[in-house]
Amino acid sequence: MPELNLTSAPAHLRHGSSIGQPLTRRDGVLKVKGEATYAADNHPPGMLFAVIAVASIAHGRVTSLDVAAAKRHPGVVDVMTPDHKPQLAIDPEIKTNPFVFRMEVLQGNEVRYANQPIAVVIAETLEAATEGAVLLAPRYETLPALVGLDAGKSYVPPVVGVGNPSENHHGDVAAGLASADKQIDATYETPAQYHNAMEPHAIVAHWNDDHLQIDMPTQGLMLSLARVAELFGIAHDKIHIRSPFLGGGFGSKGLMAGPPVLGIMAAKLVGRPVKLVLRREQMYGPVGHRAPTRQRLRIGADAEGRLTALDHHARTVSSTFDDFYEPAADASHTLYAAPAIRTSHDAVRVNTGTPLFMRAPGEATGSIALESAIDEMAWACGMDPLAFRLKNYAEVEPITGKPFSSKALRACYDQGAARFGWAKRSLRPRQMRDDAGLLVGWGMGTATFPALMFQAEARAAIRRDGTGAMEIGAHDMGQGAWTALAQIAADAVGLDIDSVNFKAGTSDLPDAGIAGGSAHTATAGAAIHSAGAAVIAKLADLATNDERSPLFGAGNTGVIARDGRLIRRDDDSRSESYSEILARAGVAEVEARGTGAPNPAAMEEYAMHAHGAVFAEVKVDPELGQIRVTRMVGAFAAGRIVNPHLVKSQLFGGMIWGMSFALHEEAITDRRSGRIMNANLGEYHIPVNADVPPLDVITVEEHDPHVNALGIKGVGEIGITGSAGAVANAVWHATGVRVRRFPIRIEELLTQR
Amino acid sequence: MKQFAYVRPATVTEAVAAAAQPGAVYLAAGTNLLDLMKGNISRPDRLVDVTHLDGLDRIERLADGSLRVGALVSNADLAYDAEFAKAYPAVAEALLSGASAQLRNAATVGGNLLQRTRCAYFYDTASRCNKRESGSGCDARDGENRTHAVLGWSDRCIATHPSDFCVPLVALDAIVEIEGKNGRREIALDELHRLPGNAPERESALEPGDLIVAVRLPPAARGFAAHARYLKVRERTSYAFAIVSAAAALRIENGKIADARLALGGVAAKPWRARAAEDVLKGVAPTADAFQEAAWRALTDAKPSGDNAYKIELARRIVMRALTLAAAGTPARIPALPASPFASTSGAIHA
Ligand SMILES: Cc1cc2nc3c(=O)[nH]c(=O)nc-3n(C[C@H](O)[C@H](O)[C@H](O)COP(=O)(O)OP(=O)(O)OC[C@H]3O[C@@H](n4cnc5c(N)ncnc54)[C@H](O)[C@@H]3O)c2cc1C
Ligand code: SF4
Repeated sequence: MPELNLTSAPAHLRHGSSIGQPLTRRDGVLKVKGEATYAADNHPPGMLFAVIAVASIAHGRVTSLDVAAAKRHPGVVDVMTPDHKPQLAIDPEIKTNPFVFRMEVLQGNEVRYANQPIAVVIAETLEAATEGAVLLAPRYETLPALVGLDAGKSYVPPVVGVGNPSENHHGDVAAGLASADKQIDATYETPAQYHNAMEPHAIVAHWNDDHLQIDMPTQGLMLSLARVAELFGIAHDKIHIRSPFLGGGFGSKGLMAGPPVLGIMAAKLVGRPVKLVLRREQMYGPVGHRAPTRQRLRIGADAEGRLTALDHHARTVSSTFDDFYEPAADASHTLYAAPAIRTSHDAVRVNTGTPLFMRAPGEATGSIALESAIDEMAWACGMDPLAFRLKNYAEVEPITGKPFSSKALRACYDQGAARFGWAKRSLRPRQMRDDAGLLVGWGMGTATFPALMFQAEARAAIRRDGTGAMEIGAHDMGQGAWTALAQIAADAVGLDIDSVNFKAGTSDLPDAGIAGGSAHTATAGAAIHSAGAAVIAKLADLATNDERSPLFGAGNTGVIARDGRLIRRDDDSRSESYSEILARAGVAEVEARGTGAPNPAAMEEYAMHAHGAVFAEVKVDPELGQIRVTRMVGAFAAGRIVNPHLVKSQLFGGMIWGMSFALHEEAITDRRSGRIMNANLGEYHIPVNADVPPLDVITVEEHDPHVNALGIKGVGEIGITGSAGAVANAVWHATGVRVRRFPIRIEELLTQR
Repeated sequence: MKQFAYVRPATVTEAVAAAAQPGAVYLAAGTNLLDLMKGNISRPDRLVDVTHLDGLDRIERLADGSLRVGALVSNADLAYDAEFAKAYPAVAEALLSGASAQLRNAATVGGNLLQRTRCAYFYDTASRCNKRESGSGCDARDGENRTHAVLGWSDRCIATHPSDFCVPLVALDAIVEIEGKNGRREIALDELHRLPGNAPERESALEPGDLIVAVRLPPAARGFAAHARYLKVRERTSYAFAIVSAAAALRIENGKIADARLALGGVAAKPWRARAAEDVLKGVAPTADAFQEAAWRALTDAKPSGDNAYKIELARRIVMRALTLAAAGTPARIPALPASPFASTSGAIHA
């Protein structure tokens, strides 16, 4: 990988700091010119191609593979099977920490889900490897497949999501429901969904004696590195991972999955570099997905429309061999001020690859059910959905009683509603039509996502030539880390963005934590900020202790760093440039490290969440049932906005995803075989351009002194929440038909004319 | 991939000879065939690339008023031929409602006619499918089949033919010109695709080596230009196959329907000409009642083949709407969202 040539072109306007500037992506030009190197673009000399053969059954055992036929095919070099593979240092079934999930790396003949890898063919060309995989012609002993939300006996998982208790309550729900004037009891279903990042999972693995070079898209360089190290029994410093760009991850590239491990094993087996890229349909199994859910909401309200109780139960699935539970009901913890709340989960085991984190895991699934139910409750109370939400506005976090670190949701409601024109909405459904006679519906939803922080470290340097450097193993999944984090870095060292050599995306840099939980900018940003402060402090020491410096003796009052100079805080006529300070001190550079981490004291005291309000307009053909979203407005309060341009893109993407959740996305599983029948982008529908309406994003100002030093809350996932419900509620408002199974299908709207 | 021979014949005669051999198939733009090969649904021994044959890429108006479209004309070129779109607006609208712009730029007329079904079990080689492997069974029968056929299906196969283009073509009595081992012949498009019956693996009337060289629209097809529409209900605004579609074309004289054409898409293994419905429309005024009656007639024989009873009601409503739109008159320009129920709403910039 050559040195990246990042530019902030076209030239941007700068007034003071970099943070807050709407810079375009600095890697944009590289990408447009096709010069950004993604993992699969690497071709080390002597490289071979590996293709995975996957199981076509969902449950059973592989009884034979025609390895000889595959090997006879011209170009095939070797076939890796359970009987012929390099040994791993540890059993891949052992969960060494909570972020380790079981994977299939040819440890046996058992098949636990459809599309499970069962062999790897390695060949001189992709074509030969592909045909070799076909020639294996696996035979199976097939056992009945467990499919669907009623596949077996349900159980209560010990935890859901990442360590959340599966049941939670506050107040007396039974009493709250009993005392209610109005009640609803509604059950919603959401389907299995697959991440479907444009870039498939890919790896180029290259062993040089005992050193391992890996090109692989990852949202978690250090977690991946640690997992590879333990699986192959090699030291961390013998592994180097490059992941400068990801073509989307959405959670599926967060933790090490089986297929890239197979790529490393294959390279070891044949003693040559190996490239392994998943085919689109192979991404429907071994790399995680969003589990389906069935959610029952029981809500009570008094005569004035005040909630008396909120009971949210979610049924979900996990695999037969590991545990991950979509924490859907937890969405009800934070938004509405019910005096009694209960959330609970149960699950069944099915023959599926283990479900995992997918953009807003739990929040997205829970949100569409909760926002639909709140809408149903508002209607049952005869109230406007916005008025109902305002009536039940949570001044403190309902489930814990903690104050919010900041919460500008009221402003989101106000500004979003005003921009949308919500006041003109008819209370009753099926009242609005356009000129062409199409039904028009307006719906809304509240968005929320926790403001999380993980652990990260960064290294900052200031050089004698007056430039700076900032190094952190951060991840750019397309969200714009190359730009936003460099903006934070520039401010942290008091330099223009183009004078800071910002390095990210490789495992030899300080650990930036995982790019997930919408926490990457906050976490990596905090580390960068503190590394910058530390290096500036070192530089300041050099100056303020040196009597030749105009800053001599300013140690007590302090200095500030701006435009490559240190300036006395109380007298800005006294300043000195970085180069002058370093030249006189006779050092080439000063260097310092900084960390970012959650603040347990603040977390104990405050509930920390981003919020938003989404308003959607849909049109529905009254006879034919086809739906089209025609307008969406989202107003979001997410703390400090580092780059308004990138933030808007994230929120647009989230809103489109929400609309996709409500109207399009669904993995269709054959109920007998457990095979996914639409594992391709032709039939697994996501919105195309013609489906995406004009989108309007408002970022509401919010100052949060508690979440982290920079006041950043994260915007990667919140856009889905609220949006999915807003679209679903708009469909109800247009048609008067309440569909509780997502995505909403045409046939469900044909029942009424 | 499986190794195969690739030949590029210089003449139609050579092409026919090359393709008549067992294991040979024609390759046009490959937008369907290559997908089938990558998924191992088709494993041909020999590809006969016809895209370089001379003279098959022309749109010609013949002396008798018919129009002849060469088999290699691209879907996009045909739809954007101004004269063609004016004379056969429903055909142009249908073409533009299919696939995506990129696919339409590549896909050919001949390939569109002979594209295979989108039945998921046909594409999934681990499933049983009588069409893919004669006599193996049909996993769609008790499977995920909400988009499958409601007309003309058999217990052996309930798949639909997915083409949009074919629907208005069959309504307009299009004729297919074929070059085969025994020279040239022609058949009505309505006879090209076969219903499954006991042999779903036999999809068309073509014999080995038969090459479609052109599609012809007879002189009478022009008579419907003022009142012709294609309407397609699908699960997203663009880039999705029809759940159900309909082409409606009327010749209205002195306030009465002098002639009517109606065909349905997405309902059967072939583009479904609804002649009984046409009959009730001839000679009557274009009223809602008449259209309603036609809609009922069009679906009299329909029956669900699975979880798809809704398609019958949907098809009736689409027929009703397509006839209503056709009666209202062909729009001066093809809508920005061709064949969409949202064609008339503003704010659409492309499909
Ligand atoms: C994602 C996707 C979405 C799509 N959506 C739609 C849609 O909404 N509506 C729609 O109508 N279509 C749709 N299509 C299908 C598309 O229209 C067809 O793939 C295309 O028309 C096939 O044309 P081609 O030239 O690429 O044919 P090829 O793929 O080259 O060939 C298709 C078949 O026809 C045979 N063949 C080709 N030419 C001749 C000839 N002259 N004589 C005899 N046999 C011949 C081939 O042997 C092959 O069996 C979609 C396709 C894709 C991939
Ligand atoms: S419906 Fe036809 S194409 Fe589909 S599986 Fe059955 S036989 Fe095959």
